[in-house]
Amino acid sequence: MRVVKYISEWSSIAKEALSQTFIVAKFLCLLHVTNAYICSPTLVFGPSMLPTLNLSGDVLLAEHVSHRLGKVGPGDVVLVRSPLDPRKIVTKRIVGMEGDRISFSLDPSSTDSCHTIVVPKGHVWIQGDNVYASSDSRHFGPVPYGLIQGKVFCRVWPPYGFGALE
Amino acid sequence: MGSRSFLWSLAKNYFTVGLIGLTISDRYASIVPVRGNSMSPTFNPQTSTFLGSSDDDYVLLEKFCLQKYKFSHGDVVVFSSPSNHKEKLIKRIIGLPGDWIGTHSHDVIKVPEGHCWVEGDNLLSSMDSKSFGPIPLGLINGRVTHIVWPPPRMGGVETRIPVGRFSSN
Repeated sequence: MRVVKYISEWSSIAKEALSQTFIVAKFLCLLHVTNAYICSPTLVFGPSMLPTLNLSGDVLLAEHVSHRLGKVGPGDVVLVRSPLDPRKIVTKRIVGMEGDRISFSLDPSSTDSCHTIVVPKGHVWIQGDNVYASSDSRHFGPVPYGLIQGKVFCRVWPPYGFGALE
Repeated sequence: MGSRSFLWSLAKNYFTVGLIGLTISDRYASIVPVRGNSMSPTFNPQTSTFLGSSDDDYVLLEKFCLQKYKFSHGDVVVFSSPSNHKEKLIKRIIGLPGDWIGTHSHDVIKVPEGHCWVEGDNLLSSMDSKSFGPIPLGLINGRVTHIVWPPPRMGGVETRIPVGRFSSN
Protein backbone atom coordinates (compact mmCIF):
# COMPACT_ATOMS: atom_id res chain seq x y z
CA MET A 1 0.00 0.00 0.00
CA ARG A 2 2.80 2.30 0.87
CA VAL A 3 4.49 1.64 -2.46
CA VAL A 4 1.37 2.69 -4.38
CA LYS A 5 1.16 5.90 -2.41
CA TYR A 6 4.84 6.54 -3.00
CA ILE A 7 4.48 6.04 -6.75
CA SER A 8 1.42 8.25 -7.04
CA GLU A 9 3.19 10.99 -5.11
CA TRP A 10 6.18 10.86 -7.41
CA SER A 11 4.11 10.70 -10.53
CA SER A 12 2.25 13.83 -9.54
CA ILE A 13 5.55 15.59 -8.92
CA ALA A 14 6.86 14.45 -12.26
CA LYS A 15 3.70 15.64 -13.98
CA GLU A 16 4.04 19.02 -12.33
CA ALA A 17 7.69 19.30 -13.37
CA LEU A 18 6.85 18.30 -16.92
CA SER A 19 4.13 20.89 -17.24
CA GLN A 20 6.42 23.59 -15.83
CA THR A 21 9.16 22.62 -18.28
CA PHE A 22 6.64 22.80 -21.09
CA ILE A 23 5.63 26.30 -20.08
CA VAL A 24 9.27 27.41 -20.03
CA ALA A 25 9.89 25.78 -23.42
CA LYS A 26 6.85 27.51 -24.85
CA PHE A 27 8.10 30.82 -23.53
CA LEU A 28 11.55 30.29 -25.07
CA CYS A 29 9.95 29.41 -28.39
CA LEU A 30 7.86 32.57 -28.25
CA LEU A 31 11.01 34.54 -27.51
CA HIS A 32 12.83 33.02 -30.46
CA VAL A 33 9.98 33.65 -32.87
CA THR A 34 9.63 37.25 -31.70
CA ASN A 35 13.36 37.78 -32.04
CA ALA A 36 13.62 36.18 -35.44
CA TYR A 37 10.45 37.37 -37.13
CA ILE A 38 9.16 40.51 -35.46
CA CYS A 39 11.73 42.64 -33.71
CA SER A 40 14.84 42.30 -31.62
CA PRO A 41 17.24 44.53 -29.68
CA THR A 42 20.80 44.84 -30.97
CA LEU A 43 23.90 46.36 -29.44
CA VAL A 44 26.04 48.12 -32.01
CA PHE A 45 29.36 49.87 -31.60
CA GLY A 46 32.26 51.01 -33.71
CA PRO A 47 33.15 54.07 -35.73
CA SER A 48 31.61 53.15 -39.06
CA MET A 49 28.19 54.83 -38.56
CA LEU A 50 29.52 57.77 -36.59
CA PRO A 51 27.28 60.78 -37.04
CA THR A 52 24.18 58.61 -36.76
CA LEU A 53 25.25 56.11 -34.13
CA ASN A 54 27.69 56.59 -31.30
CA LEU A 55 31.12 55.09 -31.03
CA SER A 56 30.64 53.56 -27.63
CA GLY A 57 27.60 51.46 -28.18
CA ASP A 58 23.93 52.05 -28.86
CA VAL A 59 21.04 49.69 -28.34
CA LEU A 60 18.81 49.61 -31.39
CA LEU A 61 15.54 47.92 -32.18
CA ALA A 62 15.53 46.09 -35.49
CA GLU A 63 12.44 44.73 -37.15
CA HIS A 64 12.52 41.59 -39.25
CA VAL A 65 9.37 41.99 -41.29
CA SER A 66 10.19 44.40 -44.09
CA HIS A 67 13.27 42.64 -45.44
CA ARG A 68 11.23 39.46 -45.83
CA LEU A 69 8.62 41.39 -47.78
CA GLY A 70 11.30 43.08 -49.87
CA LYS A 71 10.43 46.53 -48.54
CA VAL A 72 13.85 47.92 -47.71
CA GLY A 73 15.13 50.72 -49.86
CA PRO A 74 17.95 53.22 -50.18
CA GLY A 75 18.54 55.17 -46.98
CA ASP A 76 17.46 52.43 -44.58
CA VAL A 77 19.86 51.37 -41.85
CA VAL A 78 20.04 47.59 -41.97
CA LEU A 79 21.70 44.74 -40.13
CA VAL A 80 23.75 42.71 -42.57
CA ARG A 81 25.60 39.46 -41.99
CA SER A 82 29.15 40.35 -42.91
CA PRO A 83 30.32 38.66 -46.12
CA LEU A 84 33.83 38.44 -44.72
CA ASP A 85 32.91 36.75 -41.44
CA PRO A 86 29.47 35.13 -41.24
CA ARG A 87 29.52 35.15 -37.43
CA LYS A 88 29.53 38.94 -37.38
CA ILE A 89 26.60 41.24 -38.06
CA VAL A 90 27.34 44.75 -39.24
CA THR A 91 25.13 47.83 -39.28
CA LYS A 92 25.23 49.85 -42.49
CA ARG A 93 23.07 52.09 -44.60
CA ILE A 94 21.73 50.94 -47.96
CA VAL A 95 22.94 53.27 -50.68
CA GLY A 96 21.79 51.49 -53.80
CA MET A 97 19.52 48.65 -54.82
CA GLU A 98 19.92 46.34 -57.80
CA GLY A 99 20.39 48.15 -61.09
CA ASP A 100 21.50 51.42 -59.48
CA ARG A 101 24.65 53.12 -60.66
CA ILE A 102 26.97 53.87 -57.74
CA SER A 103 29.93 56.22 -57.74
CA PHE A 104 32.32 55.90 -54.87
CA SER A 105 35.91 56.66 -53.98
CA LEU A 106 37.83 53.98 -52.19
CA ASP A 107 39.82 56.24 -49.92
CA PRO A 108 38.24 59.71 -49.69
CA SER A 109 40.92 61.10 -47.37
CA SER A 110 43.83 60.79 -49.79
CA THR A 111 42.65 60.52 -53.37
CA ASP A 112 39.83 61.83 -55.47
CA SER A 113 39.75 58.86 -57.81
CA CYS A 114 36.20 57.78 -58.37
CA HIS A 115 34.87 54.39 -59.43
CA THR A 116 31.45 53.74 -60.86
CA ILE A 117 29.72 50.37 -60.88
CA VAL A 118 26.22 49.06 -61.46
CA VAL A 119 24.80 46.96 -58.63
CA PRO A 120 24.07 43.46 -59.99
CA LYS A 121 20.74 41.68 -59.74
CA GLY A 122 19.70 40.64 -56.27
CA HIS A 123 22.41 42.65 -54.56
CA VAL A 124 22.48 45.86 -52.52
CA TRP A 125 25.20 48.42 -52.01
CA ILE A 126 25.82 49.21 -48.34
CA GLN A 127 28.00 51.91 -46.83
CA GLY A 128 28.72 53.26 -43.40
CA ASP A 129 27.88 56.87 -42.69
CA ASN A 130 31.50 57.54 -41.78
CA VAL A 131 33.26 57.14 -45.12
CA TYR A 132 36.70 57.42 -43.53
CA ALA A 133 36.45 54.50 -41.13
CA SER A 134 34.06 51.97 -42.51
CA SER A 135 34.61 48.61 -44.11
CA ASP A 136 31.70 48.28 -46.49
CA SER A 137 30.72 47.65 -50.09
CA ARG A 138 33.57 49.85 -51.25
CA HIS A 139 35.91 47.09 -50.08
CA PHE A 140 33.97 43.87 -50.49
CA GLY A 141 31.59 44.88 -53.27
CA PRO A 142 27.80 44.65 -53.40
CA VAL A 143 26.29 42.13 -50.98
CA PRO A 144 23.47 39.68 -51.79
CA TYR A 145 20.07 40.72 -50.50
CA GLY A 146 19.83 37.43 -48.62
CA LEU A 147 22.45 38.63 -46.13
CA ILE A 148 20.15 41.37 -44.80
CA GLN A 149 18.95 40.36 -41.35
CA GLY A 150 16.74 43.26 -40.34
CA LYS A 151 15.97 46.92 -40.60
CA VAL A 152 16.81 49.27 -37.75
CA PHE A 153 13.92 51.56 -36.93
CA CYS A 154 14.47 52.92 -33.45
CA ARG A 155 17.15 53.63 -30.89
CA VAL A 156 16.42 52.88 -27.25
CA TRP A 157 19.77 53.59 -25.58
CA PRO A 158 21.35 56.02 -24.67
CA PRO A 159 18.22 57.78 -23.36
CA TYR A 160 18.97 61.16 -24.92
CA GLY A 161 19.11 59.55 -28.34
CA PHE A 162 15.83 57.73 -27.92
CA GLY A 163 13.62 57.82 -30.95
CA ALA A 164 13.17 56.80 -34.54
CA LEU A 165 16.18 56.66 -36.84
CA GLU A 166 15.83 58.61 -40.03
CA MET B 1 -20.74 28.99 -25.36
CA GLY B 2 -19.19 25.55 -25.45
CA SER B 3 -18.26 25.77 -29.10
CA ARG B 4 -16.57 29.10 -28.58
CA SER B 5 -14.33 27.82 -25.80
CA PHE B 6 -13.60 24.79 -27.93
CA LEU B 7 -12.52 27.02 -30.82
CA TRP B 8 -10.44 29.11 -28.46
CA SER B 9 -8.56 26.12 -27.11
CA LEU B 10 -8.10 24.80 -30.65
CA ALA B 11 -6.60 28.12 -31.75
CA LYS B 12 -4.35 28.15 -28.71
CA ASN B 13 -3.12 24.67 -29.49
CA TYR B 14 -2.43 25.53 -33.12
CA PHE B 15 -0.53 28.61 -32.03
CA THR B 16 1.62 26.62 -29.60
CA VAL B 17 2.39 23.93 -32.15
CA GLY B 18 3.26 26.55 -34.75
CA LEU B 19 5.54 28.34 -32.32
CA ILE B 20 7.41 25.20 -31.35
CA GLY B 21 7.60 23.96 -34.92
CA LEU B 22 8.96 27.25 -36.18
CA THR B 23 11.59 27.35 -33.45
CA ILE B 24 12.74 23.81 -34.12
CA SER B 25 12.87 24.37 -37.86
CA ASP B 26 14.82 27.59 -37.37
CA ARG B 27 17.32 26.47 -34.81
CA TYR B 28 17.71 22.72 -35.03
CA ALA B 29 16.46 20.90 -38.09
CA SER B 30 13.89 21.01 -40.82
CA ILE B 31 12.77 18.95 -43.77
CA VAL B 32 12.84 20.42 -47.26
CA PRO B 33 12.04 19.04 -50.73
CA VAL B 34 14.68 18.98 -53.45
CA ARG B 35 13.50 20.20 -56.83
CA GLY B 36 15.32 19.82 -60.09
CA ASN B 37 18.11 17.53 -61.13
CA SER B 38 21.14 19.70 -60.47
CA MET B 39 22.26 17.42 -57.64
CA SER B 40 21.54 14.13 -59.39
CA PRO B 41 22.65 11.36 -58.83
CA THR B 42 22.82 12.24 -55.11
CA PHE B 43 19.24 13.57 -55.07
CA ASN B 44 16.49 13.02 -57.65
CA PRO B 45 18.49 10.45 -59.66
CA GLN B 46 15.78 9.76 -62.23
CA THR B 47 15.14 12.35 -64.88
CA SER B 48 12.19 14.31 -63.61
CA THR B 49 9.24 15.22 -65.76
CA PHE B 50 7.70 18.66 -65.74
CA LEU B 51 4.88 17.69 -63.42
CA GLY B 52 6.79 14.97 -61.59
CA SER B 53 6.85 16.51 -58.16
CA SER B 54 5.82 13.18 -56.66
CA ASP B 55 9.30 11.70 -56.94
CA ASP B 56 11.10 14.62 -55.32
CA ASP B 57 13.47 13.73 -52.54
CA TYR B 58 12.87 15.17 -49.10
CA VAL B 59 15.98 15.84 -47.08
CA LEU B 60 16.77 16.61 -43.46
CA LEU B 61 18.46 19.96 -42.97
CA GLU B 62 20.42 20.49 -39.78
CA LYS B 63 21.03 24.00 -38.51
CA PHE B 64 23.58 23.44 -35.76
CA CYS B 65 26.33 24.32 -38.21
CA LEU B 66 24.97 27.88 -38.33
CA GLN B 67 26.14 28.64 -34.80
CA LYS B 68 29.81 28.45 -35.76
CA TYR B 69 29.63 28.50 -39.57
CA LYS B 70 32.13 25.65 -39.70
CA PHE B 71 31.83 23.63 -42.87
CA SER B 72 34.05 21.05 -44.47
CA HIS B 73 34.76 20.12 -48.06
CA GLY B 74 32.05 17.98 -49.59
CA ASP B 75 29.17 19.12 -47.33
CA VAL B 76 25.85 19.50 -49.09
CA VAL B 77 24.27 22.80 -48.09
CA VAL B 78 21.10 24.76 -48.77
CA PHE B 79 21.57 28.49 -49.35
CA SER B 80 19.61 31.36 -50.80
CA SER B 81 20.65 32.32 -54.28
CA PRO B 82 22.84 35.44 -54.37
CA SER B 83 20.89 36.85 -57.30
CA ASN B 84 17.41 36.15 -55.89
CA HIS B 85 17.04 35.84 -52.14
CA LYS B 86 13.68 34.07 -52.36
CA GLU B 87 15.18 31.16 -54.26
CA LYS B 88 16.85 28.38 -52.29
CA LEU B 89 19.53 26.28 -53.93
CA ILE B 90 21.11 23.02 -52.84
CA LYS B 91 24.72 22.40 -53.76
CA ARG B 92 27.93 20.79 -52.56
CA ILE B 93 30.76 22.83 -51.03
CA ILE B 94 33.90 22.40 -53.12
CA GLY B 95 36.09 25.16 -51.78
CA LEU B 96 36.41 26.97 -48.47
CA PRO B 97 38.11 30.31 -47.72
CA GLY B 98 41.71 30.30 -48.84
CA ASP B 99 41.42 27.43 -51.32
CA TRP B 100 42.46 27.71 -54.93
CA ILE B 101 39.77 26.44 -57.26
CA GLY B 102 40.31 25.40 -60.82
CA THR B 103 37.27 26.44 -62.81
CA HIS B 104 36.29 24.72 -66.00
CA SER B 105 37.42 27.62 -68.10
CA HIS B 106 41.01 26.77 -67.10
CA ASP B 107 41.68 29.59 -64.72
CA VAL B 108 42.41 29.29 -61.03
CA ILE B 109 40.81 31.62 -58.52
CA LYS B 110 41.21 32.01 -54.77
CA VAL B 111 38.11 31.74 -52.60
CA PRO B 112 37.92 35.00 -50.59
CA GLU B 113 37.60 35.24 -46.82
CA GLY B 114 34.13 34.27 -45.55
CA HIS B 115 33.06 32.77 -48.86
CA CYS B 116 32.79 29.28 -50.29
CA TRP B 117 32.70 27.69 -53.72
CA VAL B 118 29.62 25.55 -54.37
CA GLU B 119 28.86 23.23 -57.26
CA GLY B 120 26.13 20.78 -58.13
CA ASP B 121 26.85 17.09 -58.54
CA ASN B 122 25.35 17.14 -61.99
CA LEU B 123 28.02 18.90 -63.99
CA LEU B 124 25.79 19.46 -66.99
CA SER B 125 22.79 21.25 -65.53
CA SER B 126 23.61 23.19 -62.45
CA MET B 127 23.46 26.85 -61.60
CA ASP B 128 26.30 27.22 -59.15
CA SER B 129 29.54 29.07 -58.45
CA LYS B 130 30.59 28.44 -62.05
CA SER B 131 28.01 31.03 -63.05
CA PHE B 132 27.81 33.37 -60.04
CA GLY B 133 31.18 32.96 -58.37
CA PRO B 134 31.93 32.25 -54.71
CA ILE B 135 29.05 32.90 -52.29
CA PRO B 136 29.22 34.37 -48.77
CA LEU B 137 28.92 31.74 -46.04
CA GLY B 138 26.21 33.88 -44.47
CA LEU B 139 23.76 32.87 -47.18
CA ILE B 140 23.85 29.24 -46.07
CA ASN B 141 20.66 27.99 -44.42
CA GLY B 142 21.74 24.58 -43.26
CA ARG B 143 23.54 21.35 -44.02
CA VAL B 144 21.84 18.34 -45.56
CA THR B 145 22.52 15.20 -43.56
CA HIS B 146 19.89 12.61 -44.50
CA ILE B 147 17.38 11.74 -47.16
CA VAL B 148 14.07 11.05 -45.40
CA TRP B 149 11.74 10.38 -48.32
CA PRO B 150 11.11 8.27 -50.44
CA PRO B 151 11.64 5.21 -48.20
CA PRO B 152 13.85 3.11 -50.51
CA ARG B 153 16.38 5.93 -50.72
CA MET B 154 16.35 6.74 -47.01
CA GLY B 155 19.77 7.17 -45.50
CA GLY B 156 22.67 9.47 -44.87
CA VAL B 157 24.21 11.78 -47.42
CA GLU B 158 27.89 11.13 -47.76
CA THR B 159 30.34 14.00 -47.99
CA ARG B 160 32.10 13.34 -51.26
CA ILE B 161 35.19 15.31 -52.05
CA PRO B 162 35.95 15.66 -55.73
CA VAL B 163 39.54 14.76 -56.39
CA GLY B 164 41.94 17.39 -57.55
CA ARG B 165 39.51 20.29 -57.71
CA PHE B 166 41.04 22.45 -55.03
CA SER B 167 44.36 22.98 -53.36
CA SER B 168 44.63 24.59 -49.96
CA ASN B 169 47.62 26.31 -48.58
